Amino acid sequence: MSMGRQELAAVVARDIPEGSYVNLGIGIPTLVGNYLPPGDAVILHTENGMLGMGPAPEPDQVDPDLINAGKQPVTERPGAAYFHHADSFAMMRGGHLDVCVLGAFQVSARGDLANWHTGAPDAIPAVGGAMDLAIGAKQVFVMMDLLTRDGTPKIVADCTYPLTGVGCVDRIYTDRAVFDITPDGLVVRETFGTTVDELRELLGLDLKEQR
Amino acid sequence: MKSKVRESVATALSEIPDGATIMIGGFGRAGQPVELIDALIEQGASDLTIVNNNAGNGETGLAALLAARRVRKIVCSFPRQSDSQVFDGLYRAGLIELELVPQGNLAERIRAAGAGIGAFYTPTGYGTLLAEGKETREIDGRQYVLEYPIRADFALVSALHADPWGNLVYRKTARNFGPIMAAAATTTIAQVDSVVELGALDPEVVVTPGIYVDHVVEVGERPWLRDGAFIGEAAS
Repeated sequence: MSMGRQELAAVVARDIPEGSYVNLGIGIPTLVGNYLPPGDAVILHTENGMLGMGPAPEPDQVDPDLINAGKQPVTERPGAAYFHHADSFAMMRGGHLDVCVLGAFQVSARGDLANWHTGAPDAIPAVGGAMDLAIGAKQVFVMMDLLTRDGTPKIVADCTYPLTGVGCVDRIYTDRAVFDITPDGLVVRETFGTTVDELRELLGLDLKEQR
Repeated sequence: MKSKVRESVATALSEIPDGATIMIGGFGRAGQPVELIDALIEQGASDLTIVNNNAGNGETGLAALLAARRVRKIVCSFPRQSDSQVFDGLYRAGLIELELVPQGNLAERIRAAGAGIGAFYTPTGYGTLLAEGKETREIDGRQYVLEYPIRADFALVSALHADPWGNLVYRKTARNFGPIMAAAATTTIAQVDSVVELGALDPEVVVTPGIYVDHVVEVGERPWLRDGAFIGEAAS
């Protein structure tokens, strides 16, 4: 039994310690916010200049001056702070955020990340804060399906999509297993309805088991 | 100090020539100086280089400036969105030049220009397409890319309040690029919801000191702030 996205979001949230400053990337990582402990145990950062971001407002409380990185309306928690863009990215690049959670097209066994561009010749490229997030936080978590829709592994020996960052990913949460990227290589931390041998077969990669 | 308050957006923008490089504040709609952009379209300057995080949303504001074919080149981090159809069309037709910059590098390059920094080494983008051809250096075991400042002739920013000397305070996440763009441009024009009396802004909470601001124009409370106009148009 593989994990659904909501269940996986809960697994990621469980691994984020109380007191952390966290950035949740656009898309699936946003779901993690639904499973963080209630209250202000974890402080959310948004790249467009805020710490202490709260959930979406009631429809009649929407404020167009108060949005997240996905340009969706959000709210302000008590103790929130606003700052300009250079400070926001200095906070990120300077290693002050504890955790960021990102989506990905591919992650390599060495922790290279590809999540901004398919490389298709007719695609209009857009990078946003992806490259800054990839190299900034103390721990970079990726959350993605292990396989593409056509069954191709997204954890690979070498990324074929254009890179977002080199050797920057610490842990990969997928629907079938959680992997740590260590100096000794990929370590399977947790499996969901599969075995490490099955994962080795599927990915064609050297996998270690967590001791 | 003479008052920097101008009677109209048209007066404030009158000196912008063809070919100017203009920074425009805002992240999507938040902090976008819509009234100044509308006046810039009216003013008629063309062949512009625009620096903004995005490349326009929907059909108004920056998107309308692009649609009016006044922009030769845009420097931004995130052009493609669900409602960036104006930019998408121009780009695919080869009618606009794009310089794509990672968002943190964009912010720091703008900051560096205002702070008089000649260049800086950043880890962001190392080993990627966006660092191709750029100088790199290993410092204390980590790889960095050399990036240069982005300066502008003009900055158009939106703030909540100004005093007559151009001290600015912002509102929530509409602050975004405003303070760094104000410092990075030769001439900065700020639109504000309201101008307050000298001394009415607590000096402890001024975000952009007036030294960075040349012209201030009061536009009143932005009507689209309350009408929920952008809801449903939002994109990633």
